[in-house]
This record gives sequence, structure tokens and C-alpha cells, in this order.
Amino acid sequence: MNKEELKIRLETLLSSPSFEEGAEWTTVIIGPAEWEGVARQLRSGEGLDFDYLFCVTAVDWRTHFTMVYHLTSTVHRHMLVVKIKLDRERPEIQTVSDIWRTAEFHEREAYDLFGVVFTGHPDLRRLFMTDEWKGWPLRKDYEDPVNMIKL
Amino acid sequence: MIQEAGITEQGDLVVNLGPQHPSTHGVLHLVITLNGETIKKVEPHLGYIHRSIEKMCESLSYRQFIYVTSRMDYLSSHINNHGCALCVEKGLQIEIPPRAKVIRVLMDELTRLASHQLWWGAMAMDVGALTPFFHAFRERETINDIMEETCGARLTMNYMVPGGVMADLHPNFQKRVKEFINFFRGKLGEYDELVTGNVIFKSRMKGVGYLSPESAVSYGCTGPTARGSGVSCDIRKLYPYEVYGQLQFEEVTATGGDCFARYMVRMQEMRQSLSIIEQLIDNIPEGEFQAKTKAVLKLPKGEFYSRVETARGEFGVYIISEGGTTPYRIKFRSPGFSNLSALDHMARGHKLGDLVAIMGTLDLVIPDIDR
Amino acid sequence: MVKKITMLSIENITHSIDAWLNGTFNPTVALLLESLIVGLCVISLFALLGLVLVLMERKVSAYMQIRLGPNRVGPGGTLQTVADTLKLAMKEGLTPDGADKFLFNLAPFLVIVVAMMILAPVAFAKGTQIWDINIGVLYISAVSSLSVIGILMAGWASNNKYSLLGAMRSGAQIVSYELSAGLSVISIVVLTGSLRISDIIASQQDGWWLFKGHIPAIISFIIFIIAVTAETNRAPFDLAEAESELTAGFHTEYSGMKFALFFLAEYVNIFIVCAIAATLFLGGWMPLHIGRWEGFNRMMDYIPSSLWFTGKTFFLIFLIMWFRWTFPRLRIDQLLNLEWKYLLPISMVNLLLMTLVAIKGWYF
Repeated sequence: MNKEELKIRLETLLSSPSFEEGAEWTTVIIGPAEWEGVARQLRSGEGLDFDYLFCVTAVDWRTHFTMVYHLTSTVHRHMLVVKIKLDRERPEIQTVSDIWRTAEFHEREAYDLFGVVFTGHPDLRRLFMTDEWKGWPLRKDYEDPVNMIKL
Repeated sequence: MIQEAGITEQGDLVVNLGPQHPSTHGVLHLVITLNGETIKKVEPHLGYIHRSIEKMCESLSYRQFIYVTSRMDYLSSHINNHGCALCVEKGLQIEIPPRAKVIRVLMDELTRLASHQLWWGAMAMDVGALTPFFHAFRERETINDIMEETCGARLTMNYMVPGGVMADLHPNFQKRVKEFINFFRGKLGEYDELVTGNVIFKSRMKGVGYLSPESAVSYGCTGPTARGSGVSCDIRKLYPYEVYGQLQFEEVTATGGDCFARYMVRMQEMRQSLSIIEQLIDNIPEGEFQAKTKAVLKLPKGEFYSRVETARGEFGVYIISEGGTTPYRIKFRSPGFSNLSALDHMARGHKLGDLVAIMGTLDLVIPDIDR
Repeated sequence: MVKKITMLSIENITHSIDAWLNGTFNPTVALLLESLIVGLCVISLFALLGLVLVLMERKVSAYMQIRLGPNRVGPGGTLQTVADTLKLAMKEGLTPDGADKFLFNLAPFLVIVVAMMILAPVAFAKGTQIWDINIGVLYISAVSSLSVIGILMAGWASNNKYSLLGAMRSGAQIVSYELSAGLSVISIVVLTGSLRISDIIASQQDGWWLFKGHIPAIISFIIFIIAVTAETNRAPFDLAEAESELTAGFHTEYSGMKFALFFLAEYVNIFIVCAIAATLFLGGWMPLHIGRWEGFNRMMDYIPSSLWFTGKTFFLIFLIMWFRWTFPRLRIDQLLNLEWKYLLPISMVNLLLMTLVAIKGWYF
């Protein structure tokens, strides 16, 4: 499907999607509560078949977090970017590691570096930092006078 | 949740492999639960070489952050730099001259050859044949010398800039590369005789570490790891960049899904790289090697994603820019990270010696995983 | 490559020493003195062998890997092993905390003593044999089995689960491959009709068994070489001490002189099994004779017998070293598979074939 068809299809699928304009690939912004249902639909929906999740990013926008999921389909070769806005005080979102197995490590990384909690994740613990590390290193307000040098 | 080394209640032995170990290429700590000689679970512990590159790049300019990626997957340093330069160029929307494109592809393919050579030598060494390592490094030394003449460095060649390449090719480049191609073609046949055709080697690799195509896609594996299971995912073919669209080469896939299939994919890839280099080496267009860009680069507000095919798989660079001179957030999608997550799935039920063979065919470079 | 002095007519030297000793002292003291001399000779042989074989391995491996090997210490690197032994002797010999001290210290000595004992019936040259026992070949097979005890002792006493793992693997491997080796040896005994080493060599007066025994002997030879490569824990069967697997196997915890003893014992074992293979299949010290060709045989006799023996043995040692640097390693289950499912049945059938050949007289 090309971008137009995908947009139409997604509009039927989601309750009130908002699309980002001017991006290279179809980008849809949804709320965290819808993510679980939408993810399953994207994975197994007729004509969608997004079976390849190749990038999971967490972004700290100072007032809120955003989770960005880059998806593509090895069958139809179309791309989709899903953005989900999260509350900064309690960033929680449903895990997708049972749908796409690659998310297991990616979500652990997001938890380790940002503190985003993925509910339902089989083994959510720190990945790169030591288990006793305090704080979420990649957040914009992370201070570490011992290890960080401000340029 | 973390298993300490010892004996569990069920009588399984828990052993640590690494972080210092001859077979884990880099500092990888694996906690293996064994029942006798059979593996029940493999748990990787990462972070021994985590340098928080993504956070560091938030304070580096767009010209500077490219070279940090050389230190991530140091065996494909040109290709990593290439990916970053492509992303910045996408943001700036500049067109690079044809000469620069061809030089970039030549350097990429030479790097791919060098990386696969090291993989082959290390793979043979892990399985027990100690001699091919020296043969592989002899070839790699030639490539490194060619790189040193043009780029100035042998391992972390900081050669790509947004807009092209940093300096023009050395006058000897064409001659040396042509000599190397002729020399190397013969050697590939020798390698097949020495290692690939060996009965012991085949029995160590066949039927070991099966990865089905659905699992490969679900675990996000790319590169030869997925192509060995039949998944077609070569970025150079699917989303061609630079001059790959105009070149004649094949995407190598195999259907076995086991270690031997992945091994054969990489051996064939080396031949394909040789043919790409041959097609280009006589047809390097004249002209500029670098497009004119400002000294201080500022990407417009927005998001840009570019992907390249390294020796290990798909390397993705995702830049989120707020319009300043430094990126707001950079995410590097490294191929080793996803390939490693499939290790547990592949190694269950095998013996300890097979784990070493599986890790060898995954071709892990730990700094790439840990970033 | 051959560093030994060519011993022309050692028989004369040994006879004259024997006569002189018996003339000067009473028989008991003469016997004691002779044993002392023989003991010293064996120890010096060990030292010499260690020197030569370690250097040979390093040079052979280096040339196969397009590099040079040791070439600084001594002319062309010949004193490298002396330097290494000095280093090992001066190292601190650590004993791990929870180790069983008695067994830990005993293990390397057991392995060395076994290696020395096997040297007794081996004939180095015409008339140069320490003990020509009438059950020569059986003695060798029996005593070489004792080395397993030393290995298991080392693995157990180290108090290290990886050493134990390595020792168990090693033990299983050695015990399995002894069977095929033994059957190959028996097939030659069938042809000769005697277990005595000097008889076996004498029966090769008109040609080596490898050529006289044609097909069954060649099969026996190949199986024997594979089996002894496995018995001495050499690649491609060196899983027990593989560096890229878990550990260095049963001798992980050893350092200093005790490690040097294990190291030495491995190379002496290689020499011994190659000497046995040379004796059984290639005629020991017997020069290459072809049937009734008198002129040719007399010409071959001019080359001293000790030279023949060392030449054959070192050729087989080179072959075993060649294997190590060419082949990858077998996994433990593939290793045991090879023995129990392939080598053992083949060697049993081969033994029957050889018996048939011997009864019917279908050999040269």
C-alpha cells in the first residue's frame, strides 16, 4: 500500500488518529491506552502485516515523553511510524514483546535509559547500567556530577 | 532474577561465559544454564562497554557525531559513517557529486570484505582450526594498507563527511585495488578447500542453531543472520542508496537457517562484494569529491531516518532535530542488538560447543550492541 | 631436525659396558649400576625429547601459518624450550585453597612415571631395548591405560568444576579410543604371531607390515593413527583442553613445575605412540627391505638402524602435528560417536579380515 491507502486504512482502524504532516513515512500519533489493540491489528491485520519492528525510540521532550515505533512489512514493503505521547511523571505503556520478540531488548533499553515502564514485560530490568544505578541517564534533566562533563 | 553462578534447585549448572573470554568477540557476559552439557537458557548481560554514545551525540555538532559511530561497529566503520552522513544529507537536502558516491560505495565494499575476512578467521578459530586466522589477516592487512594510503587510518577511518568524502583518492588506489581483487579471488577458492569442505567443520555447523524465517523477522534480525534463513532484507537492494541501484549484484540468501547456511551466505557475499568493486573500479567519474556545505551545519526542525547495510545487518540512524547545531535526540539502530536477542532462541537444546559456533555465525561486535 | 647423535653399533657399546661392569663388581652391584645408568639415560632422553618436540611443534605450526616461529633464542631458536623450562621452573607453584593436596601433587608425577614406564620395551635401535619382555605389546597397552588415572586425579583434586568437566571428557575420550588402538595392535600381532617387540621387528625383515599386510594393515594403520591422536588429547580431538571453550581442561589450576610436567608428558606421549606405530607398522629400526632383493637390502643396511627409527617416528610425529593445525575441533558427542559407531566396528571387522589373511597366508 502506498501512503494514501495506508492513511485511509488506519483511519478506519483507529478511533481518532492524528497524522503528522511532512514526514518521510506515514506517521500516526495515538494515545497510550489504544496501543495494545492497535499493535495487534497492525501485526495481523489484512493487508497490513507489519511483522518487522525495526526501531523503538524513546524521546524526552521535557514536558512529556514520546515512544516512537518504526514498523515495516516484509510482505507488502510499506512503512509506518507510530508515535505515542506519554506522561512525564508516570510514563507507562503496554509492552509489545509478545507481538514482536525484538521489543524485549528494545523496551529494556528504553526502561534503563528513560524510566519508561512497560506493563506486561516478562523481564523488565536494567540492560546497560548496573542494577543498582539510580536515575535515568538519557533524560534531559539527568545530573551526574561524577561521570558527566558539561561542555 | 539474575542467576548467580552455582547450582540451581533443579540441579542445573549455571556458568558464566565472559566477559573476558576468547570466543565472545568483545566483552559479552553470558550466563548459561546447563543441564549436563545441554543448554537450557542463555542470558546475555550487556553494558560492559556502554559509553552512552547517544547522550554524547546530543552535545556534538552534526559534523562531529559521525565519527563516534566508527567506534561502535569498528569493523564496518566506513559503512557506519556513511549511514550518518546520509542522514545529515537527507536533513540538509544536499546532492552529493557522483564521484563521491562511487568512492563511498568502493570504500563500503572494501570494508565489508575486511569485516567478513575477520569474521571468517575468528569463526574458524572458535571452532578449533587455528590456521585460517592467519590467512584471513594477511588479506585484511592488504585492505587496511589500501585504506591507510587514502584515508589515513586502518581501523577507524574517519573519511565520510556530509556532502561527500574528506579527501580525494590516492593515485595508487585503483592499481592496488585491482591487484588485490585478482589475489583475493584465488584465495577464496583456497578457503573453500581448507575450511568449507572439511567434514569436521560441516558436522560442527550443519543442523546447529536453527532460526526459522518467522523468528528471524520477529526478533528483528537483519543481515546475513536473517538471509541465512531465507528472509530477503538487503538494504542495498530494497532501498538502494548511492549507486547501488545501478550495479549488478545479487542478494545472497540461503534456506537452511542453520549455522552452515549463514556461513555460506557470508562467503557468497564476499564474492558479490568483489564483483561490485570490479564494476566500479574502472568507472570512477571525475569531478568533485565533496559538495559545498556550510562550515557549521544546522538541520531544520524535524526527524530523519536513514539506513545502510553493514556487514552485520541494517544500521539505522534516527535524528530528531530542533533546528539547532546539535541534534536533540539520536538513536542508532544497531544490527548486533537485535541479532543478539535471537541467541537464546537459537541455542536452547544444543551443547556448549555449539553455542560458540552459533555466536561465531551471528558475527557479534559488542561495542555495536552496547553503544 | 634430528638432534640425536647417530648411534653406530650401540650394541657394541652396551656389551662392552656390561662386560666391564660385570668384571669389576659383583653381579648384584653391576645390575644396580646398570639400572642407574639406564634410568639416567631415560631421564636425559625425556629432557631431550621435550626440547626437540616443543620446538618442532612451534616451528611446524609457524610455517603452516605463514610466520616464522621462535628464531631469537639460540641459533635459529633452538634454545627456546630451555628458556621456557627455566621460566616454568622459576614460577610460583600455586595450589588452590580447597584442593586435595596429596592428589593434586601426585597427579603430574603419575603421568610422567607412566610415560617413563612405557618406554621400557621400545626398541630404539638394533639391540637397544631396555626390557624385551615377552608380552611387550600387551605391557604397553596396559600401562598406557594408567595415565587416565593421573588425568582424573588432576581434574578432581583441583576443586574447580571446569577442570572436573575437562577431566571427565578427557577420561571418556581416552578410555573409548583405547579399544580401537588395541584392536589395531592385535591385528599386527596376529600377523606376527608374537607379542614380543623384538619378534615383531624381526618379522619385518623382508618388508614392513604396512606393505606386506596390504589392505587390512593399511586400515589398521589409519585407525591406529586416529585413535592415538585422540588418546593423547591432540587436535582435532582436543576438546578437553580447548582454549576457546570453557577452560584449559584438567590442568587449569596447575602452574610452575607441575604444569611443565604435564606439558612434557603430553609431548613424550606423542613420541611414544608414534614410536609404537613405527615399530608395529613401519618396522621399528628395520631398514626398508623389499623381499628377496639382496643388493637393495644390503644398501639399505648401510644406514644405521637408529636413524631409521628416528626418521620413521619423527615423520609420524610431523603427521600428527599437521592434523592439529589443519582441522577444526570435534564436539564431544561427535568424538564419541566416531569411536563407538564407526572406528570400533570397522576395526573389529578388520581384525577378522586380518585373521583370515594370516591363516590363509595371503600376505607377502
